[in-house]
Amino acid sequence: MSQASHAHDHGAHDHSAPGAHEGHGHEAGHGTLKGYTIGFVLSVILTAIPFWLVMGHVIPDPRLTALAVMALAAVQIVVHMVFFLHMNSRSEGGWTMLALIFTLVLVVITLSGSLWVMYHLNHNMMPMSVHDMRNMP
Amino acid sequence: MSTSPDLAKLIFGRLTWDAVPLHEPILLATFAVVALGGVAVLGALTYYRLWGYLWREWLTSVDHKKIGVMYIILGLVMLLRGFADALMMRAQQAMAFGADHGYLPPHHYDQIFTAHGVIMIFFVAMPLVTGLMNLVVPLQIGARDVAFPFLNNFSFWMTVGGAVTVMMSLFVGEFARTGWLAYPPLSNIAYSPGVGVDYYIWALQIAGVGTLLSGINLIATIVKMRAPGMSLMKMPVFTWTSLCTNVLIVAAFPILTAVLALLSLDRYAGTNFFTNDFGGSPMMYVNLIWIWGHPEVYILVLPAFGIFSEVVATFCGKRLFGYASMVYATVVITILSYLVWLHHFFTMGSGASVNSFFGITTMIISIPTGAKIFNWLFTMYRGRIRFEVPMLWTIGFMVTFVIGGMTGVLLAVPPADFVLHNSLFLVAHFHNVIIGGVLFGLFAGITYWFPKAFGYKLDPFWGKMSFWFWLVGFYFAFMPLYVLGLMGVTRRVSHFEDPSLQIWFVIAAFGAVLILFGIVSFLIQLVVSFMKREQLRDLTGDPWDGRTLEWATSSPPPAYNFAFTPLVHAHDAWWDMKQRGYERPTKGFVPIHMPKNTGAGIILSGIATAVAFGLIWQMWWLAAGGFVALVATAIAHTFNYKRDYYVPVEDVTRAEDERTKTLASLA
Amino acid sequence: MATTLDIPVKDAAAAPRFHVVEHHPENGSLLGFWLYLMSDCLIFAVLFAVYGVLGRSYAAGPSGADLFDLPMVALNTSMLLFSSITYGFAMLAMEQNRVKTTLAWLAVTGLFGAAFLGLELTEFAHFIHEGATPQRSAFLSSFFALVGTHGLHVTFGIVWLVTLMVQVGQRGLIPENRRRLMCLSMFWHFLDVVWIGVFSFVYLMGALR
Repeated sequence: MSQASHAHDHGAHDHSAPGAHEGHGHEAGHGTLKGYTIGFVLSVILTAIPFWLVMGHVIPDPRLTALAVMALAAVQIVVHMVFFLHMNSRSEGGWTMLALIFTLVLVVITLSGSLWVMYHLNHNMMPMSVHDMRNMP
Repeated sequence: MSTSPDLAKLIFGRLTWDAVPLHEPILLATFAVVALGGVAVLGALTYYRLWGYLWREWLTSVDHKKIGVMYIILGLVMLLRGFADALMMRAQQAMAFGADHGYLPPHHYDQIFTAHGVIMIFFVAMPLVTGLMNLVVPLQIGARDVAFPFLNNFSFWMTVGGAVTVMMSLFVGEFARTGWLAYPPLSNIAYSPGVGVDYYIWALQIAGVGTLLSGINLIATIVKMRAPGMSLMKMPVFTWTSLCTNVLIVAAFPILTAVLALLSLDRYAGTNFFTNDFGGSPMMYVNLIWIWGHPEVYILVLPAFGIFSEVVATFCGKRLFGYASMVYATVVITILSYLVWLHHFFTMGSGASVNSFFGITTMIISIPTGAKIFNWLFTMYRGRIRFEVPMLWTIGFMVTFVIGGMTGVLLAVPPADFVLHNSLFLVAHFHNVIIGGVLFGLFAGITYWFPKAFGYKLDPFWGKMSFWFWLVGFYFAFMPLYVLGLMGVTRRVSHFEDPSLQIWFVIAAFGAVLILFGIVSFLIQLVVSFMKREQLRDLTGDPWDGRTLEWATSSPPPAYNFAFTPLVHAHDAWWDMKQRGYERPTKGFVPIHMPKNTGAGIILSGIATAVAFGLIWQMWWLAAGGFVALVATAIAHTFNYKRDYYVPVEDVTRAEDERTKTLASLA
Repeated sequence: MATTLDIPVKDAAAAPRFHVVEHHPENGSLLGFWLYLMSDCLIFAVLFAVYGVLGRSYAAGPSGADLFDLPMVALNTSMLLFSSITYGFAMLAMEQNRVKTTLAWLAVTGLFGAAFLGLELTEFAHFIHEGATPQRSAFLSSFFALVGTHGLHVTFGIVWLVTLMVQVGQRGLIPENRRRLMCLSMFWHFLDVVWIGVFSFVYLMGALR
């Protein structure tokens, strides 16, 4: 599929056409050396901490560790979005941001919805122990 | 052990002569008819030397109008196949009572209802919807083509590839016997070891690529290529619904792709996602596929809502009542459609809390839909209604769809659903909304925009015949199913014991025959209109006194659509232009930048279909070789940098002068 | 919408104007490609959801805690992180119109990508050797599907990268190639974002219990 997507490049109104302005204006959000460096350093830190938390058994409660890992992952995703993917509310007239927010909402719905639905299904329909089995209606 | 069977297995995989259904007289006859028809068409093309024309002007075309027309042709051809399946089912159920087992053995009947569902949704409704969006949206927003013209051609051919794969299953091997969503564990290798489910998977995967890319394409088109001045809230409603539909496509089809990929891993690689063993969960498949499946319903019906909005405004001579509320309702439906999927499996056992959440969200979705119905009614109120054929379809829709919507709300109540699920009541409900909503909308749209695409109107007499046969036939065919469903008759059954039910099935079969007359009338309408095209000719480009920009150009429009890009000042841009004394520019033309045609789309799709055939029949050399060829061809295509050209100013001037003369002769 | 309303003076007399002579809609490639990435994101969402639901169904087979070799995963992650920053350097070189530097950084990126793939394949081979095959349990099925799909994306990214290197070598940094490099940039960084989810949700949390 990614091969097919190559073909995006040529719209009917190609900017390379003579007379058309080859604008950098709307191709906003080119990174700078500083931006990439900050992003990289932050990512290294945000990757190192969760690995250290898990491998060093720093927090005794695994549930707390899991929460910390997920929170750090969320922060790192934002870092990547900002410093590597140059997301901001202005690029492409705000449409990329809108698409991203919409997608994130759907990702959350898909993930949490599936977990919620399947948890209840399993709970109701697939008794896991003999004890559960005995208490079935 | 001799080597020859091994060699044959290496070359042909599991494809043997047994796969060709020589022992099935029905299929054999069908094949003979299709083959004869095909030979006749090919012969005619050769005789009239049309191959070059067809290749240059249509098959390799990147013109959104031609691609739109080709999508619609594909949809109509597949409608004939899907409807033939429907007639066979109706006939079987009308006769198979007691000692009479009908003429279809269960394994054949199961393939037919599966094929009917798959074809009607993926290869009739989707191509018709995508075709109309392709044809109309760029014209409505004053653009010269879509954002990615090559991709558009490629998407179309991938859809064709999927359709060809389904059609192949009719004559080589078999189709799935699992129902249109192929639930595991039935669709797993243990219970469906044949090629049927593989045909199903690969047909949908190939067509799915096309659908997804066309969705991306149309979103980018609507976002980036609107005429200057056309802000979002000045977009025509059909463009709005198309935007929302394509957002739904881009956000839903990846889920189908992923789920089917996992199912194929289960079948091909022996993994345990949806199996009964080793911790797999078939229910997860049902959960995921409906996360795609429910938005899919709105993917189909939203464009139909857009069509009705355009038709109502045009044929009542008024601007649409409550434009803003229509837009908001569309957006709300778009988002809510992701929050209701569980109502398709209330009975699977998620329990009260989950069921009530999804029941309530489902009921909420009827509010924006109801708002739309009122908007159309208020547009008609005190309007000068012209009862042309598109308007008839619209009124038929409003009555029929409301009934379907209400039975839908009934089914949204979990306790009621426990009684009615998996029954013919459900079958009646979704046909009620899909025929009454989507199909009526598509027929309204085809009749409405036909003169734009071809330069002459469709014959109204046969259009009315088609409409009345469809409408009456629909009620005869599906109202009995509501009754049967309430009596507890389940769906997907090929034989019944209770003779008291038979009369209802006979009535339903009678309704199906009426619908057949409706389809035949539509085909006659196409032929008659072509014969009478000089009488029905529209030279103005605006045969219905339209309101939106597609009526501002000639019918059929030139390849570049608009010699000058329109400047939009108001919602209903063309109406505004007419009111304010718009004068068509007749000089000062400039060269126009256009995309070049390319054969890459049809070639890539052909290879993809071959890969699918190799995978289905386990001809691994074909699958692997084809895949390599596919990637290589795609890469080679990216080395072609010369994909556009300029229409010289002389050509533009010549075409526009001709139109100036035509318009002058009318005045 | 940025529109160019180049209306010549001679037409300006006609009072409400209804057309423009030259109109150049914006190129939609970057938006279109972004939309494709969003759709890809949903494919991963499904795979994550499947892993979330089935990731504890070990069927009496090995669990994540038994299998995962975290130092190896950390090494793997660093490969991908390095490739991200080197792709960034390639884009910076592209900005300054330096073809050779761009190509060099792209090559480095590709090598890091290949190293990542190599490590991942080694890990897979090790698991399969241990008997932890994708067929062994629903957990392993969903693990291999999720991580494998990411790996397939990286593979495609490398094929695409090589193609683009050839094209940049042939034609230089012409606007089409710049646009393609930007699309691949988004693709590459997007894969990195997905990998954050993978190492956190699959490896680290899998190793916890």
